[in-house]
Amino acid sequence: MTIASTAQLICFAALSATLVLGALGVVLLPNIVYSAFLLGGVFLSVAGLYLLLNASFVAAAQVLVYVGAVNVLILFAIMLVNKKETLAVIPGLPLRRLLSGAVCGGLFVLLIRVAFTTAWPLPGPLPVGEEATIRIGEHLFSDYLLPFELASVLLLMSMIGAIVLARRDVLSSDVITGESVDQGLIEKSRSPLLLDKAPR
Amino acid sequence: MVTNTAPGLDLEASFEQALQGLGLSPGAAHLLWLPLPMVLVLVAAVVGVLVNVWLERKISAAVQQRIGPEYAGALGVLQPIADGMKLVFKEDIIPARADGLLFTLGPVLVLIPVILSWLVVPFGQHLLISNVGIGIFLWISLSSIQPIGLLMSGYASNNKYSLLGGLRAAAQSISYEIPLALAVLAVVMMSNSLSTVDIVDQQTGAGILSWNIWRQPVGFVIFWICALAECERLPFDLPEAEEELVAGYQTEYSGMKFALFYLGSYINLVLSALLVSVLYLGGWGFPIPVEWLAGWLGQPIDAPLVQLITGSVGIVMTVLKAYLLVFLAILLRWTTPRVRIDQLLDLGWKFLLPIALVNLLITAALKLAFPVAFGG
Repeated sequence: MTIASTAQLICFAALSATLVLGALGVVLLPNIVYSAFLLGGVFLSVAGLYLLLNASFVAAAQVLVYVGAVNVLILFAIMLVNKKETLAVIPGLPLRRLLSGAVCGGLFVLLIRVAFTTAWPLPGPLPVGEEATIRIGEHLFSDYLLPFELASVLLLMSMIGAIVLARRDVLSSDVITGESVDQGLIEKSRSPLLLDKAPR
Repeated sequence: MVTNTAPGLDLEASFEQALQGLGLSPGAAHLLWLPLPMVLVLVAAVVGVLVNVWLERKISAAVQQRIGPEYAGALGVLQPIADGMKLVFKEDIIPARADGLLFTLGPVLVLIPVILSWLVVPFGQHLLISNVGIGIFLWISLSSIQPIGLLMSGYASNNKYSLLGGLRAAAQSISYEIPLALAVLAVVMMSNSLSTVDIVDQQTGAGILSWNIWRQPVGFVIFWICALAECERLPFDLPEAEEELVAGYQTEYSGMKFALFYLGSYINLVLSALLVSVLYLGGWGFPIPVEWLAGWLGQPIDAPLVQLITGSVGIVMTVLKAYLLVFLAILLRWTTPRVRIDQLLDLGWKFLLPIALVNLLITAALKLAFPVAFGG
């Protein structure tokens, strides 16, 4: 066994351990802030696994998108609305936990079975390594063009939606009905979403 | 690892050949080589911080018509070491109601991505830790981890000001990362590669005239503004605005943990300056190409002595350009007032982002129109 393969094995074991333990922590810890930080750790270990698979571009993109954007946004949301609240006691909590645990365990056994019964083509295709960036670009603009463009349309829609929802509180009156608009951010069933921007 | 056959000093190959000559296996020779550049770059980064602290003290003193430190060593050069020692010996306080684990982990998470980013900083054709193919993209993605450390320390301090500072810092680095990445993308488009070595190679044709700053003046300004904002330097040091937030996310920190934040921000400043010089100022390139100089002097470029001289010139040029930019940053810090948080976010989202997009579009158009000048 060469030094490189030993190092790879150690890295794989360490990354897998942090991945599994971190993921369990995300689900099981009662403190939501810890869960959010552990989620960042899980994303980082996944990026490390991509690196081990020689997919450095995917690993860097994983860090940029999941750790740098998704996880930071989750943390932002948690910290901006960090309200201590005593939740009402749910009846039959132990039974519910048992049931959901059983469902998760069943799913786990199923996935393990799939993993062991599938004839994986080993060794898989050779990693493209440094050429991956070019290959990904080619795919994005040829056979994966439609999903790529659809994703951008989806993002645009959600962005416009977010702006409309966020700007509601600056309007003084409803354009159509002429009633004064509630300045809170409470969703109202009757008021239309698109309002005239000019205050009356 | 990209195999590069360009001429130049290749210390790694020479070192491993020498060790294999002593009877070691190639793997063991490589293993012995690996820690050397890492330790060297780490030491360089820390020494860079010491120089930076001294420069900051001296230049701020000059700006305010003071003398600055002068008794610790000649011209006060030992002052940064005294500062560091003081922080080492200070009591390490963890507030009673703070979250001890996250409180300790926060500064570490701020520092590690910055140090890891030094992986891709080239000081010469082969003088970098690893010429990874994703190069500059690695730096962008690593710098996006930092806000998590800031949020963590802000939250764990259990203090209003810290939390607000942490949230501000995260908001600031998220909003300035996008124009920064777009400015880098324009450069990457011209050099057809993400690797920092390739980006510099593309600028070495005609010395100072082929540097990217002439082809990307707008991108250079955008990148520099965003780099300052990412480093939380004045005029963008909103997260630690003293009048409003005491000291932002650093409020509850003392001793070595506080020093880690400081170390992180100064290493980040030097790193940003180095990357500006790599992306826009020709990296290790001398204003007149060393190949021409060697030709005029009648020396073969492959001769060992000439290679040694060109390698040293490369390192000196990289560091010189970086420290000129650091000087500019320090001068900016001591002469400009701080912007407000809404002005900061407006500048990022409503001004820099559209300009960066237009810059990218124009670069693409110019690349198609003049492939000779803008990298075909």
